[in-house]
Amino acid sequence: MRIVPFILSLIVTIGLIIVLNIPLTLSGAKTPCFGAFLSPQHGFWQNAEFTNYDYNASLKFPDLQGNAEVYFDERLVPHIYADNEKDLYFIQGFLHAKFRLWQMEFQTHAAGGRLSEIFGTKNGTTNFLKIDRFFRRLGMVYAAEKSLEALEADSITKNELDAYTAGVNAYIGDLKPNQYPLEYKLLNYQPEKWTNLKTQLFLKYMCFDLAGYDTDFEKTNMKGFLSTGDMEQLFPATQDSLDPIIPGGTAFATPTLTVTPPTGVDSNYLQSKGGDNENSIVQPDKRNGSNNWAVAGSKTQTGATMLCNDPHLGLNLPSLWYEIQLFAPGCNVYGVSFPGAPSVIIGYNDSIAWGVTNAGRDVKDYYEIIFKDSTMQEYWYNENWVASTFRDEVINVKDSTEVHEKIAMTVWGPVMYDKHYENILHDGKYYALRWKAHDPSNELLTFNKLNHAKGYADYLDAINTYQTPGQNFVFASKSGDIAIKEQGQFPAKWQRQGDFLMPGSDSSYQWQGFIPADENPMMVNPARGFVSSANQMATDITYPYYLAGDATIFRGKIINRLLNQMSGITIDDMQHLQNNNYNLFAEMARPILLKYINQSQLNQEESKYLDAFKNWNLINDINETGPAIFKLWWDSLAKNMYQDEFSKTNLPVVWPDEITLVEGLLKDSSYKFADDVNTTEIETIADMVLKSWKSVVEEIKKADGEGRLAWGNYKNTGVRHLLKIPALGRLHLPIGGGEGIINATTPDHGPSWRMIVQLSTTTEAYGVYPGGQSGNPGSKYYDNFIDYWVAGKYFSLLFIDKEAAVKSDKMKWKMTFEKA
Amino acid sequence: MKFIVAILLTALLAFAESLFFPWWSIAIASFIVAVFIHQKPWKAFLCGFLGLFLLWAGQASFIDFKNEHILSQKVANVLPLGGNMLLLILITAFIGGLVGGFGALTGSFTKRNNY
Repeated sequence: MRIVPFILSLIVTIGLIIVLNIPLTLSGAKTPCFGAFLSPQHGFWQNAEFTNYDYNASLKFPDLQGNAEVYFDERLVPHIYADNEKDLYFIQGFLHAKFRLWQMEFQTHAAGGRLSEIFGTKNGTTNFLKIDRFFRRLGMVYAAEKSLEALEADSITKNELDAYTAGVNAYIGDLKPNQYPLEYKLLNYQPEKWTNLKTQLFLKYMCFDLAGYDTDFEKTNMKGFLSTGDMEQLFPATQDSLDPIIPGGTAFATPTLTVTPPTGVDSNYLQSKGGDNENSIVQPDKRNGSNNWAVAGSKTQTGATMLCNDPHLGLNLPSLWYEIQLFAPGCNVYGVSFPGAPSVIIGYNDSIAWGVTNAGRDVKDYYEIIFKDSTMQEYWYNENWVASTFRDEVINVKDSTEVHEKIAMTVWGPVMYDKHYENILHDGKYYALRWKAHDPSNELLTFNKLNHAKGYADYLDAINTYQTPGQNFVFASKSGDIAIKEQGQFPAKWQRQGDFLMPGSDSSYQWQGFIPADENPMMVNPARGFVSSANQMATDITYPYYLAGDATIFRGKIINRLLNQMSGITIDDMQHLQNNNYNLFAEMARPILLKYINQSQLNQEESKYLDAFKNWNLINDINETGPAIFKLWWDSLAKNMYQDEFSKTNLPVVWPDEITLVEGLLKDSSYKFADDVNTTEIETIADMVLKSWKSVVEEIKKADGEGRLAWGNYKNTGVRHLLKIPALGRLHLPIGGGEGIINATTPDHGPSWRMIVQLSTTTEAYGVYPGGQSGNPGSKYYDNFIDYWVAGKYFSLLFIDKEAAVKSDKMKWKMTFEKA
Repeated sequence: MKFIVAILLTALLAFAESLFFPWWSIAIASFIVAVFIHQKPWKAFLCGFLGLFLLWAGQASFIDFKNEHILSQKVANVLPLGGNMLLLILITAFIGGLVGGFGALTGSFTKRNNY
């Protein structure tokens, strides 16, 4: 034996293996472990699914009670036919895991504040510990634990979720490391067991996304330097041009709850000045919204009711949605499900169809807490010192020590902001969070009941216990009913309650009760023959409760206008309506701009682009230049109107809605905010319109020169991978629409599932989502729906019974499930 | 002849071991072959290298062909290879070859210089 060369060679070999077996750090980010990652029998090559992959399988599990068959159609949509519902949800869990495991776990890790376990404190430019601390302090785990108790106290949802979790774990249990989804290999970690709590964490993540937007700190900051009158003008409680979900003029029953503002509310709350003094927090997307509508048979060609829904959410891969048909005796439902939760969330069954849009009501308020000292042991409440309890949130950070968040719990809820976790105003104060999502609630029960509903009474029964996030549930049935209801458990608030930070030492500022479910805004079989919602306010101001929250106006208005005009509606008409790119905002705003622009002051270039804007057809199609010109001009105008007032603070502010400026300029030719408060002259609207136009023409010209002025290029929509790795997303998609447009597609946000259901004798349904059934970037089913979605095309949804499925030539694969 | 047999045996053993053990078992495969088929160190290295290079290149190419380049194209962008799938396959094969080569080199030193 040649000892020296042997040892040297051995050291080199082992050294090489070690280097290839650990993640390296390249420009602040971790690489995969290259040896395992590149090995064709272990690494990413194993995720390169053969394009003719055979999904047929015969599976046996001890947890099953009977036999089941799953037929996969040519789009890889599973149609599960089970003997009983327990097996049905088991198989749904199994399939979610098989096709979406990484996404399911990643989303719940994000919701539960556990991303640092995967990434460490920082990876690349993202501070994961900061994100984790935010979600822990928001009380996401606390909320999930409380709601899980409610869910498990009900035998229907307990059995459903237990079976689902067992199904997920049946898949994970048999998974070998080489079969781990690609992202685990990229990030070098392993899947863990699923739990019922994880499902609840996911549902709470949706609460955060849809009922977690607030501007309490920003608005409190603003009322420090703006008068009450200015605040009312910038943030009106309603809009003149509002076309509410429940048509204006509808009479409401006398409220059973009367809410009284605390004494001294004007001086202590509404007019009290906030502190003066960036620390970014995580905000859900303000644009989260949706369209839905149902039309009565009187307005359709076939005489059958029709229901349409397109929820607007972040555009991600793997998609938020997973299409599925669930069949067991007593249950036959088709639609989209959340990987991570059982049952169908938006869909239809033999008798009814339903859909949702976000209510956007404000159910998240902050109370300032006065602690005796910085130990936070006692706080001042109703003239007494009251003892706090504490919740210890432990964040395990990869390659570092664990981080503890010691959160004081008060009568209001968790103290989210304290001396160790500053709020965006940096005022050094303590704020407790009162958030509806912290209350125990059982949303899965609503979806379980909707999946089984036979008609209008079942629909009402299903949704009436639903709490958070508040939704507009639209409904249509084969028996001819249509309905819509804004449902959630909403606090009955006095005017402006919770728009600003509130004092936490006085119980008279608490929510005084919840609006009873049967007093929530609703409408059934209206004479106009349709119901609709698109995140506008649910009612006009005659509704007896304060509609606090975030609402938008344009989509709802244009949908109602078009539905009013339509008759003899076909599926084709509905497809066009969902893909409609008409810009109602521009319809209202263009005359204002053109009225005030002084054309004699324009040079040739400025006149040229103004003509292009004038001649625009008001449609946000990909080849139009008008939408980009309009957006640039209007954004600049809004900035010129408000920037001078808002520059009195360095702290975060919230900008008024677009409609507020539109209505302000329509109403008032001497709009007060037109004046630049930093100059001695009094500027007019015309001055600001001209100034704005002149300031953006250079940018318009530049975009034009670079071929970016056409709306598709300018807007530049993409569907991004959850890890924001460009190569795993689909970028630069040629799709029109935009914010405030029915086709609400923005750069990274938009219709996440377009569905059209015609409830004729044989249900006809169409749908499409921007993704694919497989979460594996190495599968051809990863993103195969995206081109259809971009083109505004739909898939015919295959909703068939087992006998038909056996014979259907659309079914490509079959999995059988048996008791082991 | 010995040379060719060593390459083939290395590839075969590495394939078999990879079915049950972690990726670095390929080094053990080439080591074992080099112990039993004794060659000059540089020849042993070359056999180990080529055995793994060919195995990994072959496997990666086959998978890539059956996958119609869907994933290789993406990974060749995730790794800074400008989307070059061929380069990705070559790097894969080279890494395998390198580990296989050194495993074999180590194995060749277990005996004296009588070839």
